[in-house]
Amino acid sequence: MAAPTIPLIAPRDLDFVLYELLEVERLLERRRFADHSRETFEATIATARRIAEARFRPHNRANDENEPRWDGRSVAIIPEVKAALDAFSEAGFMAAQADFDQGGMQLPVTVAQAAFGLFTAANIGTAAYAFLTIAAGNLLEAFGSNDQKRVYLPPMRAGHWFGTMALTEPQAGSSLAEIRTMAKPAADGSYHLRGSKIFISGGDHELSENIIHMVLARIDGAPPGVRGISLFLVPKFLPKTDGTPGRRNGVALAGLIHKMGYRGTTSTMLNFGETEPCIGTLIGEPHQGLACMFHMMNEARIGVGLGAAVLGYAGYLYSLDYARTRAQGRRPGAKGIDAPPVRLIAHADVRRMLIAQKAYVEGGLALCLMAARLVDDEKTHPDEAERRRAALLLEVLTPVVKAWPSQYGLAANDLAIQILGGYGYTRDHPVEQYFRDNRLNPIHEGTNGIQALDLLGRKVRMAEGAAFRALTEAIEKDLGAAGSAAPSDETVVEIALALGDALAATRSVTARLVDAMDKDTDRGLANASLYLDMMGKLVVGWLWLRQASLAAKALAAGSSETEFYEGKRQTALWFARYELPQTSLQASLLTGGETAAYDMRDAWF
Amino acid sequence: MKVLVAVKRVIDANVKVRVKTDGSGVETANVKMAMNPFCEIAVEEAVRMKEAGVATEIVAVSCGGASCAETLRTALAMGADRGIHVQTDLALQPLGVAKLLKAVIEKEQPKLVITGKQAIDDDSNQTGQMVAGLLGWAQGTFASKLTVEGEQLRAKREVDGGLETVLLKLPAVVTTDLRLNEPRYASLPNIMKAKKKPIEALTPDALGVDPTPRLTVLKVIEPPKRKSGTKVKTVAELVEKLRNEAKVI
Repeated sequence: MAAPTIPLIAPRDLDFVLYELLEVERLLERRRFADHSRETFEATIATARRIAEARFRPHNRANDENEPRWDGRSVAIIPEVKAALDAFSEAGFMAAQADFDQGGMQLPVTVAQAAFGLFTAANIGTAAYAFLTIAAGNLLEAFGSNDQKRVYLPPMRAGHWFGTMALTEPQAGSSLAEIRTMAKPAADGSYHLRGSKIFISGGDHELSENIIHMVLARIDGAPPGVRGISLFLVPKFLPKTDGTPGRRNGVALAGLIHKMGYRGTTSTMLNFGETEPCIGTLIGEPHQGLACMFHMMNEARIGVGLGAAVLGYAGYLYSLDYARTRAQGRRPGAKGIDAPPVRLIAHADVRRMLIAQKAYVEGGLALCLMAARLVDDEKTHPDEAERRRAALLLEVLTPVVKAWPSQYGLAANDLAIQILGGYGYTRDHPVEQYFRDNRLNPIHEGTNGIQALDLLGRKVRMAEGAAFRALTEAIEKDLGAAGSAAPSDETVVEIALALGDALAATRSVTARLVDAMDKDTDRGLANASLYLDMMGKLVVGWLWLRQASLAAKALAAGSSETEFYEGKRQTALWFARYELPQTSLQASLLTGGETAAYDMRDAWF
Repeated sequence: MKVLVAVKRVIDANVKVRVKTDGSGVETANVKMAMNPFCEIAVEEAVRMKEAGVATEIVAVSCGGASCAETLRTALAMGADRGIHVQTDLALQPLGVAKLLKAVIEKEQPKLVITGKQAIDDDSNQTGQMVAGLLGWAQGTFASKLTVEGEQLRAKREVDGGLETVLLKLPAVVTTDLRLNEPRYASLPNIMKAKKKPIEALTPDALGVDPTPRLTVLKVIEPPKRKSGTKVKTVAELVEKLRNEAKVI
């Protein structure tokens, strides 16, 4: 039997978020989820936890130490990766949220994401292949033709074929307008693609029978810029008429990229149509490629945020366990060397680092799963107005959901290393790897800088500010509920007051910045990252208020789980005292249109 | 051939078990629970027998409080056909469970009963043997390989000196060892199917059994903490310590 180990995500916290904070059981009233019950949700999470612990976690370090290698013919990956992904697919996780008639389990996105978070926490390098395949499958399902879906979707949902997202080119990273890969129409309705892509995760390997690339390219004669980009399906092996993989298509591996972390996932340079013709088929309408991609991107960004939150979570739990077992030093003020050393956790500064991590990772988990819950509402809420409201909230929240956990999950990993001290800096403990793996998350799927521009430049202004209003009204409603809750809880009231201040500041700053952007867009967006951070504090502060309210209610009702709920309430209080007040300084910089960085000139550096 | 499998709900193997502060037992409130790993092996073996066309029906049985139904549901998701939950809030001990199982077996008439060799909570290693004893059936304990041969069962047993193969006349009771198989995960489609499989609720009264514990737990304590080691300077000092302190030579 395996020795007791540190959980991947605290089971009680995951249950709290799913069943108390997000009330996923209420989804059971909806027709799509009528065959489910709390029991099936719990069994899903239990199976995910087991496979993640038994098949994903054990080779997390081996993945890091044995980067995929390419000998010019094939890519070698340690065998544990395929074994883990096979177990994942065989248990049905590739199709967890797909319809029953596709062989899926028709799970709510919230539960499917929670389950996926366990695999990511265990081994993000291996889990990424599944992440990409699920995302590519969702894209195909939303925009693919019936023929494309018939041939490609079943083997992808079964995990026999994997998927990728091929967007980036050497000259086109954050700016997809520069994409140069070309697609020439062929007589049979297909296209011949030519060009190069870079940083394509999962772009080549021997883990699956086939690899299905979702490729952005321009049809000959397409308009310049983002309005001329189309989406193509390009298989590594062209399917035969019986649906099995046939001859090799003209997509060739040009090299592997060697990364700081996330090393289990191949990152590839791919050439399309260089020596052999590369045949692709159009997905959706010509020149609508980016629109299709962005449809998928919102869910992918939730996935990135969640990955960052759970890597932070894994580091938090590891450093917590370490702080509880490692004895070192005596409390300041204690006399003499005769007294036995205390556990690390007895030191105030260590508890400071633990509570900050707890606030970041549990806040991040709640944030990402709330976004997943909004995806469920957007798709399945019986009321049209509620579906629309969920869609608006998702629009404005997506940049925060992607950026906040990837910044603060990483900050948590940094603190975890610090708690372990010199040991944390060694490869004998996993916290340094969590940090390196997590360092990708502020970069990919739209850098955090891009998220800031998206939030301030687009999302808060869209539909005449309707998305921003939907968010502030939702926060206001919970502020009201916290204020009028009986019996009143002193801590909750204090948190609500701090959050109320942050909300008022965000409202006035937003109005001011919208005006500033109308006058001068570039200057108005100069502090967009600061604005994104302020919004992150507001939104996560809101989630902590809701968690504190639930905790206070449970404690007042005499719950036996006093330690769990006290921990929640205290962490919310920490957030209200240490994090939320920072929005006041941020607001003054933003309102004043601060330009100290903006005015700096190239030659002055 | 009908196969009956007994499954027990225990504290999850990954949880660090804590002793209650009053020493009356271990802390189980808000602790993650799971199916006993040896019972998983038992379920897996029955499912493999069914897949091989040897078993026709698999009945999973669990005795205990309301939450045991979840453990039965896991057995159903792994491939058992139906469940029987003997409901009682008594703190059951092996003899009580064995009597309850005997009553269920007499009602169900299976040809083979598979249990785990022991449960990871109390490590008793008694229930399977007691069931066989009470029924007067053949028993093959600590099995690491099972083959049904007509009306007989060949069982390879893990014993102290190595492996022993016994031939049992059916009906029989078998208890599972670790190497018998590697249990499958409850897949998502099978979790959905399990929802529709029946679980019958019974009570000790209805079975005419009194499972009241016969043993009294006096006190539960943590095992002693391992003391830190010391370095010895000479072989002579080591021998002296082994002889006089450790008293092992």
